[in-house]
Amino acid sequence: MAEKITPPPLREYPTIPVLVEGAMAHSQPYKAKPDHQASVGFPGELVDNWQEVGVKKLGELVSKSRALQVFLDSCVKCGACTDKCHYFLGTSDPNNMPVARQDLLRKVYRRYYTFAGKYFPKLVGAVDFDEKVRDQWYSYFHQCSQCRRCSVFCPYGIDTAEISMAAREVLDEIGIGQKYCNEILGKLHKIGNNLGLPEPALADTLEGLEEDLEDDTGHKIRVPLDEKGADILLITPSADFFAEPHIDGLMGYAKVFHQAGLSWTLSSYASEAANFSMFIGSGDNLKKVAMRIRDAALELGVKRIVVGECGHAWRVAYSFWNTLIGPFDFLDPKYPAPQHICEVTYDLLQRGAIKLDKEANDHRRITFHDSCNVARASRMGNIPGGQFLIPRALLKASANNFFDMDPGTIHENTFCCGGGGGLLTDDLMELRVKGALPRMEALAQVVNEHEVNTLVAICAICKTQFAKVLPYYGHGMDMITSLHHVVGDALVLGGND
Amino acid sequence: MTLSIVYATLFYAAAILFIAGVGRKIVIYARTPQPLKIPTTPAPTTKPGVVWRLLKEVTVFQSLFKANKWIWIFGWMFHLGLLLVLLRHLRYFTQPVWFWVDLIQPFGKYASIAMVVGLFGLWGRRFFVERIRYISSPSDHLMLILLLGIGISGMTMTFVSHTDIVSLKGFIMGLMYFDLQPLPPTPPLLIHLALVAVLMIVFPISKLLHAPGVFFSPSRNQVDDARDHRYTRGWTAESKG
Repeated sequence: MAEKITPPPLREYPTIPVLVEGAMAHSQPYKAKPDHQASVGFPGELVDNWQEVGVKKLGELVSKSRALQVFLDSCVKCGACTDKCHYFLGTSDPNNMPVARQDLLRKVYRRYYTFAGKYFPKLVGAVDFDEKVRDQWYSYFHQCSQCRRCSVFCPYGIDTAEISMAAREVLDEIGIGQKYCNEILGKLHKIGNNLGLPEPALADTLEGLEEDLEDDTGHKIRVPLDEKGADILLITPSADFFAEPHIDGLMGYAKVFHQAGLSWTLSSYASEAANFSMFIGSGDNLKKVAMRIRDAALELGVKRIVVGECGHAWRVAYSFWNTLIGPFDFLDPKYPAPQHICEVTYDLLQRGAIKLDKEANDHRRITFHDSCNVARASRMGNIPGGQFLIPRALLKASANNFFDMDPGTIHENTFCCGGGGGLLTDDLMELRVKGALPRMEALAQVVNEHEVNTLVAICAICKTQFAKVLPYYGHGMDMITSLHHVVGDALVLGGND
Repeated sequence: MTLSIVYATLFYAAAILFIAGVGRKIVIYARTPQPLKIPTTPAPTTKPGVVWRLLKEVTVFQSLFKANKWIWIFGWMFHLGLLLVLLRHLRYFTQPVWFWVDLIQPFGKYASIAMVVGLFGLWGRRFFVERIRYISSPSDHLMLILLLGIGISGMTMTFVSHTDIVSLKGFIMGLMYFDLQPLPPTPPLLIHLALVAVLMIVFPISKLLHAPGVFFSPSRNQVDDARDHRYTRGWTAESKG
């Protein structure tokens, strides 16, 4: 990406952009190479009869998913979703309006699988699955971060994420995969994490972390790996092992476990919470990746599974694990399986098992970014919306200065960071910068009004994305940090060494 | 009498296509498994909670209200108006007429105005709002024209030139009891009935399927209890781990 990307200007009022047709038609991620494709079980290059294979696959997917059946039939083109997508707001490309994105697939489905589309294609806007459409699919289904914001506003709950997952699976099936997701999944299958970090390297990294923790705090805080008989298996995104500001979050979890006297361990076999299979809509891969975690939990003999700060991983864990790799009858029934690290910390705080000193964070003026998969595809705690309350309760207990962003941009209305859904790759930098616009506007408002200097997130993708795009909007990259970094800084250590 | 035979045939055909077509779709929706839990959260954690959520969706269009007040007001006017108008029409299908159907007659009359105003509002958006113009297909316009045609031809009979509703009721009751009676040959009525038959025929092959669809939408009708109860359907039930 030699060309400099100019971020769109912040809008004083949230006006809806005038359409610019084809504004992002050029945006495409790198295509997967044959070995990436093979590692996730798809053909290495475009198959000869791709049209036939693609159409057949689409029909199969629809026949196996009630969501697709209903979503493809029900849209009335009311337009409620048209101004809800951050990529549309940031790029003005009409194909980034959720309904238009869905229609890229719906018009093909109609052509081959509905009466109206077979006999009156022009009337209902049905088209053949040709090269042009295929190209549009590759482009625009990689401009959807599967954040589900549109599904909140749709009167029928039509979720573009489901449709973009299906489109990506059809593309994979005909041999056109996306390099970023498929290469990473290959590493995950082979080694156990997205980075391809083998056990010795991981052990080494964690040892280094323990040294850092001791230097920082004066306490012997452990970051255990593969310890049989530990109570808790922590499954966290591998970015937590090396990336900034993720690693501060991992140190925060370690401090909490340490101070609460909990016995825990990481696993080198299942050293990844992320499961990019969801992004490409592949059920087989989804299950295969998740199964490593069940196997690791059984092998290590743990009683609880806790998941670190990661958005889509929490969706997979919370919503899908019990279905895919359950039942969790081998775990302690006293605790939810799986449990989010924020739920663990919140419980400890409620029980008085840990203490937080708010003044330790007095240099921070904090706001919180709700990550889409946590906000709209999962939950924390016992009540609907606990996923909004618990992280905020932790931040407010850890710091004196907390300010929420505009209500239209938080909780279930939250805007994606711009890098979710398998788009967190440098070859999509323009899209990522532009897609961050709505979040950056809401952030600018709290920066101006409340001098906010810290943006907190509980998702590895959000953290990486913000570290990269914040500078485009005039903020320092270190403005973004992990929730458990803030918690860790406020945690009162001692008394149980 | 030829006219009556033509219309009777048309309505039997339309009714069969409507019932078979929509029935078939409902069976497909009901039988197709939803392999994973995908409620849009925050979602209810209990079944009564889900019923309440769906009730709000289909009565006050809760999500649409959050999304866009203009679409909501026009859409809601149309649907509520249509509901009252349809209930008002029950007087043609019942003998004696149920008391509450009698009761709502005047409301149904004015509801037709709300219905048509709502339809014009929705149609206007397809021309004047750039985003909605972009996503509209010819079929989206035709559907509104069809509904407007039904509404306006019906209102003509209520507010402009009355039709012989006693004979009309005779015709309709005759259809129901397979005893063909003459249909009053007034143009607004013939247009009205023909368009209604067309609507019934296109219902199962068009976006009107949103009516049964909304009840089957997993993002709205699933209980948020994935951790508490193991959920498996379709491929997630088949494959053994």
